[in-house]
Amino acid sequence: MFIYLENASYTYNLNMPFETKALDSINLSIDRGEFIGIIGHTGCGKTTLLQLLNGLLEPTIGHVFIDGVDIHQNKKGLKEIRKKIGLTFQYPENQLFEESIYKEIAFGPRNLGITDDLLDERVKKAMKMVELDYNQYKDRSPFELSGGEMRRVAIASVLAIDPEIIILDEPTASLDPQSHASFLTLIKNLYQKYHKTMILVSHNMDVIAELAQRVLVMEKGKIIMDSTPRNIFQESVEQLEKIGLELPQVTYVMHRLKQMGKEVNSGVLTIEEAKEEIFSILKVKKSNNEIF
Amino acid sequence: MKFFRNLTIGQYVHKDSPIHKLDPRIKILTSLLMMILIFLTESWWSFLIIGFFFTVNIWLSKVQIKYVLRGLKPILVLIILTLFIHLFTTPGEVIFQIGVIRMTWEGLSRGMFIAVRLFLLILTTSWLTLTTSPIALTDGIERLLSFFKIIGFPAHEIAMMMTIALRFIPTLMEETEKIIKAQMSRGADFESGNILKRMKNMIPIIIPLFINAFHRADELAIAMEARCYRGGEGRTHYRALSFKYLDKVFFMIISFTIALIIIINVV
Repeated sequence: MFIYLENASYTYNLNMPFETKALDSINLSIDRGEFIGIIGHTGCGKTTLLQLLNGLLEPTIGHVFIDGVDIHQNKKGLKEIRKKIGLTFQYPENQLFEESIYKEIAFGPRNLGITDDLLDERVKKAMKMVELDYNQYKDRSPFELSGGEMRRVAIASVLAIDPEIIILDEPTASLDPQSHASFLTLIKNLYQKYHKTMILVSHNMDVIAELAQRVLVMEKGKIIMDSTPRNIFQESVEQLEKIGLELPQVTYVMHRLKQMGKEVNSGVLTIEEAKEEIFSILKVKKSNNEIF
Repeated sequence: MKFFRNLTIGQYVHKDSPIHKLDPRIKILTSLLMMILIFLTESWWSFLIIGFFFTVNIWLSKVQIKYVLRGLKPILVLIILTLFIHLFTTPGEVIFQIGVIRMTWEGLSRGMFIAVRLFLLILTTSWLTLTTSPIALTDGIERLLSFFKIIGFPAHEIAMMMTIALRFIPTLMEETEKIIKAQMSRGADFESGNILKRMKNMIPIIIPLFINAFHRADELAIAMEARCYRGGEGRTHYRALSFKYLDKVFFMIISFTIALIIIINVV
């Protein structure tokens, strides 16, 4: 068990008139090598949960263990924790400040005491991970880039710390369709090619269905479902809709086809799977036609 | 980690009270005149009257006394410091003496007087800001300053700037906290090192904050233009200020109080 949350609750403005409970007794364990998707309505506590995971917030009640160590026992150790767990917030491009992309990406590793050749190597590797060409981009100002490129730089600046876990909060929010697609490939690569443990928060069910292996559904500060995307999007359709969440769009199509009496599997999550399913029923039809 | 969680800007406390309902113009003018009197007067009697005046006022406003005291907290050190400076530096009848340090009766009375003066000044501003919402305050200032429009003073523009600044304080604070957290996730350390190093460590916060603020300003300007904002000329108010019965009564009371203080000081 890599990360373990034990009965963790978090309350904003504790003991003040506008006290709000953001997380309510969360028990959660995350292993190395998982790809976790977190979904839930705005204000359900997703972002608060992420901040507990890398020690930005301390649970009001309960504990956070990373590699078996309670991270709030020793405050000095928090920097070590952030070396292991890289977190990017929503719209990470808003945190850029350096004059060149090289310096921007080097900020993280430099804070951890990495210098010279090793630093160069880290920056190069991080830029490769987000598919930005090192020689072409390193000396440019981050502020003259397009929105999608800026976000790549921001994510690279976290990757340069070389964390084992990467937590992305809405990485594809308000990107144009083209950047959106290339970001999905990028995230997939981080998991498959670079073997990072991933935690992804998104409102976009298509993204979650395509990438995640385990989905956590949150509502009102609690994790109400914790299962594979297939289970969740197939078994709990009504429950999801009740809390205002949708299904992936292809899944809707397949549900519709099934209602129309077609022999399809309604648990389909990605376009690729949907294609197979539809072809398979079309083939059956074709052979039927040949009888005539 | 707590950043700004305990900081409250604009200490307005909303209550349904006659003091809250007063015209902001009359409250601003009252505060101004009272502050001038507090500065000029040399008599304990005027302090007593002013103190009584504001005690009754705060009682009427239903604002809990703890909010008033909270406003005094940051200035407490200054009050005590001035008290001590006067206590030890004023020549006169000696209470006791240790080496070169000596305390005098004159110093004690002078020090107390200055301390009470500072206390009353803070009480005056607290009374104003606790019972007047920021919007009402800027509205009042705009109307009061519009008198200077004849000499080309941009009263409306200044009031609008104040309103916008007040409106964006919480937004920018939220954003600052987010940026701090984002940079901490990148291994930034804001808590160790000497002052110079700490100041240098602020750069990764300040630059993104400024860039975002400029973006916001730009967007706001476009949004205002899109709704045909053209400055103050011919612009009417949703809540037009007018003197009501309550204001007239308060006006009589304040005139009487001020007259009394002036008479005490002159006689």
